[in-house]
Amino acid sequence: MSDFTPQEMMTIAAARALSNDDVCFVGIGAPSAACNVARLTHAPDITLIYESGTIGTAPDVLPLSIGDGQLCDTALTTVSVPEMFRYWLQGGRISVGFLGAAQIDRFANINTTVIGDYADPKVRLPGGGGAPEIATSCGRIFITMKQSTRGFVEKIDFVTSLGHGAGGSDRLDTYGVETEGPTLVITDMAVWKPGPETKELTVAALHPGVSRQALAESCGWEAKFADDLEETPPPSELELTTLRELHARTKAAHSRAA
Amino acid sequence: MAQFMELGEAVATFVADGQTIALEGFTHLIPHAAGHEIIRQGRRDLTVTRMTPDILYDQMVGMGCVKKVIFSFAGNPGVGALRRLRDALGNGHPRAVEIEEHSHAAMANAYEAGAAGLPCAVFRGYRGVDLPKVNPNIKQVTCPFTGEVLAAVPALKPDVAIIHAQRASKRGDVLIEGIVGVQKEAVLAADKAIVTVEEVVDDFDDMHPNATILPHWTVDAVCVVPGGAHPSYTHGYYERDNVAYREWDAIAADRETFAAWMEEHVMKAGPADFAGRVKGL
Repeated sequence: MSDFTPQEMMTIAAARALSNDDVCFVGIGAPSAACNVARLTHAPDITLIYESGTIGTAPDVLPLSIGDGQLCDTALTTVSVPEMFRYWLQGGRISVGFLGAAQIDRFANINTTVIGDYADPKVRLPGGGGAPEIATSCGRIFITMKQSTRGFVEKIDFVTSLGHGAGGSDRLDTYGVETEGPTLVITDMAVWKPGPETKELTVAALHPGVSRQALAESCGWEAKFADDLEETPPPSELELTTLRELHARTKAAHSRAA
Repeated sequence: MAQFMELGEAVATFVADGQTIALEGFTHLIPHAAGHEIIRQGRRDLTVTRMTPDILYDQMVGMGCVKKVIFSFAGNPGVGALRRLRDALGNGHPRAVEIEEHSHAAMANAYEAGAAGLPCAVFRGYRGVDLPKVNPNIKQVTCPFTGEVLAAVPALKPDVAIIHAQRASKRGDVLIEGIVGVQKEAVLAADKAIVTVEEVVDDFDDMHPNATILPHWTVDAVCVVPGGAHPSYTHGYYERDNVAYREWDAIAADRETFAAWMEEHVMKAGPADFAGRVKGL
């Protein structure tokens, strides 16, 4: 496939990480696009769950919010929000949680709460929403966000959601969290995976056309690269067409009809 | 016991300055008309609870009704920030506002605990995160059976819960369909409840046996306000006005633009104007 944007590569690389058997708790924004591209290409039977209570939803367009009507119309069933968080998330029924973030550190702890000090922040972000418990209750976590030195930082300003804590087995040892935590971070430049022992994020694959140097310059800590560094396969015709058609339908649906 | 009344009368009767009120609706069925009525009646010093404060609480904060916001996600979903809330938190405009921040799981559990008559909610949450360091209402309890350390938050028990729903029966029973959110829990947790509805039907005799229905004796006021959730939506009646949500970003970005918009669309308007706003949606 010839031309594609880094954003498209990010979404498609994220979509590839999902499988047909996954039960996926979907965050809004980039995660939502990736999950629906997966459903419309290689994983038609994936179960998508949004925190508004919709289970097994299959929207034709991407929702602007996590509670758009089409999520409910196309869902297998819709439960209350307390039931969603208690039985389905806390109860351990979700295999993958898909999150975005404003800031991430080398151990994939994420911040969506504030930039700066909590009491007197430089920027007040929306906050955690479902993320603090999604991050610890799902079997494993995928994170997708654009890469920049503002986002990939040595120290995040606020831990909204736990990744691998201080690294190693800190997640289990200090916090008693038995789920795997972040296993993939997919950006517009690369796919990162935590090292098997240290849990420090390591670049596993660079997207086509991205150099090691460009990657290193986009990261606020000294990025580590895997010994067997790969190149992400470019989007296929089907992947790219599916994503673009999804965005086109979404744009049409969210514009003033009259 | 449900009484049918005009929205203005319901707010005047049940909502007082200084109360804790919950206007709930998880992106769906957000009671915008009721919120606007509270703004018009000039309520002050309210503690407002809501999982996703979005546009409605941005408006109430921006109009100076609010002393404290208890929330778990303060954004305009899919669009960005709540700029009036930011202005209040950062600059004290039009007044300083306190926040008590939680996660969704905590808020959902806290409403459920309120509905269940419990003093607190216990759940597995807040592990390894910073919110407990800045919110003294997040504590831990140890399970007496297993020794597991769990999170605890106080039950939410609002003075008044306000929700929007599809239909009421003539008796005042209330039907909620679609994304039901936390509205049932919020109503059952609250001391008083106001419900705005799209329409009134004779009865619910032909409903699915498991439909979400609040019996008339659990609500205090039922007010017929067609379109009363706009720009949120009512499943089966009209769709979410996503364009209005996008447009809000620019309106709320500037104090004067905001004030002019509120004057025209809220202060000089009334519950009857909502029906026209959902035509074509």
